[in-house]
Amino acid sequence: MSLPLYVQGAWFLGAALFIFGLKGMSSPASARKGIVIAGYGMLIAIAGTFLVPGLKNIVLMILALGLGGAAAWISGQKVKMTDMPQMVAIYNGMGGGAAAAIAAIEFARGDVHSTVTTVLAVIGALIGAISFTGSCVAWAKLQGVLKKAHRLPAQNAVNVILALTAVGLGIAMVVMAPAKPELIYFFFAISLILGVIVTLPIGGADMPVVISLFNAFTGLAVGFEGYVLGNPALIIAGIVVGAAGTLLTQLMAKAMNRPISNILFTPMVAASSGEAISGTMKELSALDAAAMMRYASKVIIVPGYGMAVAHAQHKVWEMTEMLEEVGVEVKFAIHPVAGRMPGHMNVLLAEAGVPYDKIFDLEEINGEFGQADVALIIGANDVVNPSARTDKSSPIYGMPILNADMAQNVIVIKRGKGTGYSGVENALFFTDNCRMLYGDAQPMAGEIIQNLKSMG
Amino acid sequence: MDGLLALYIFMLAAFTGYEIIAKVPVILHTPLMSGSNFIHGVVVVGAMIALGSADTVVEQSIGFFAVALGAANAAGGYVVTERMLAMFKKKEA
Repeated sequence: MSLPLYVQGAWFLGAALFIFGLKGMSSPASARKGIVIAGYGMLIAIAGTFLVPGLKNIVLMILALGLGGAAAWISGQKVKMTDMPQMVAIYNGMGGGAAAAIAAIEFARGDVHSTVTTVLAVIGALIGAISFTGSCVAWAKLQGVLKKAHRLPAQNAVNVILALTAVGLGIAMVVMAPAKPELIYFFFAISLILGVIVTLPIGGADMPVVISLFNAFTGLAVGFEGYVLGNPALIIAGIVVGAAGTLLTQLMAKAMNRPISNILFTPMVAASSGEAISGTMKELSALDAAAMMRYASKVIIVPGYGMAVAHAQHKVWEMTEMLEEVGVEVKFAIHPVAGRMPGHMNVLLAEAGVPYDKIFDLEEINGEFGQADVALIIGANDVVNPSARTDKSSPIYGMPILNADMAQNVIVIKRGKGTGYSGVENALFFTDNCRMLYGDAQPMAGEIIQNLKSMG
Repeated sequence: MDGLLALYIFMLAAFTGYEIIAKVPVILHTPLMSGSNFIHGVVVVGAMIALGSADTVVEQSIGFFAVALGAANAAGGYVVTERMLAMFKKKEA
């Protein structure tokens, strides 16, 4: 298929702008510009496609573009920042579905000829389909539609059998090309089911890694279908995302101390809960907390997802501004897995108006806790548990943590005495320099603000 | 397409993706996942080509489905990424 130069040019320009855009997104200062540049790339690529000679079903095409585009545009404008992970999941799943559907059409038309093309079309269809249904399940879980993790008896065996069946059918499609329609239907059905079955038993806390993995899957699927269609723009965009997504998935899994294979094949076990901890948790009042921070010279705030759930980030920022006005240095320390995805907490803080130059990563800030008068922990738990450094029997041993325990004083705002999502007791809460402030993060931050006001 | 040429494209694109992400600060991971999600929304172009060559009703239906999904991927990915990145700002002077 030789296409006119203006179509090829539009696709080339699109691919180039994607890479420029993605590059721009790698720094906070230029990130916004980056996504806009990539957006133009997309518009140019789509506009160029309309100029492909002999294009049929134009009306249907415009209808589909309008329908899908408008529905996603509106839902994307409305979604709350805390719900962002599942929204990314569902849009990603749609991309995977589209890639699988492209393969389905190519097979139905018998347009897949050489062996290499067939192999790539089959692989793209398989991972695209898994990404599609898997992402839908991920969305349903994070959205709360599906409440609990569903585990089949012998889940791992079922996963392996289904996966082998899908791969076997895929091989059959390559060997017996052109494949019969029944074989094609069966292959797609198994692939779609596989996505559901693999994702169902995965717990909500692991879901971000899975979403990232599916993101990489969709990228690869798009790249492979790009080869089938002979479209370099799809290959470049797809493979770039596939590689980037794979790396991002590894970074996330590493930050959570959970190998990807563990997430996919075994549930998190709370069998051993680490060494028993002696001592008591000591309470303090909002007034004391306010006074401690008011007369401190340096405060480090460690926000966790609990803060976001309580919608306390605006109050926390108001409190921060008051402390800064009286000369207290305040910094935010973010654990890589704070929130529901790496970086999610940064988005939530940004929404509350916290400038990004006050927000620090684990490596940047861990050395500073020693000089801090107060570490204020809001709705975070496992990420500040010192057992991860010391207790080899603890399930979270080895996970990188924020060294909040090194601060002069630690204040923990927490709803109750319960454990974090890992089910592990937090040794930090029992140390001598730690005080607990029980209550919801938002009213508690409000009380601290009131007390700060009265202190002037 | 020339198979070997495509292999070169695969390799270079993979390096590019890896290199771009390797230097990204953690604070941008969520927007970046969303941003890369937007970029594979280019699948809509492939879907349009597939629908554009569809003849039977079955092919047209799958094609319609593919274009709608691809368009949703691109539009949704763009909107949420842009919304997140618009919030990242330095302290106003």
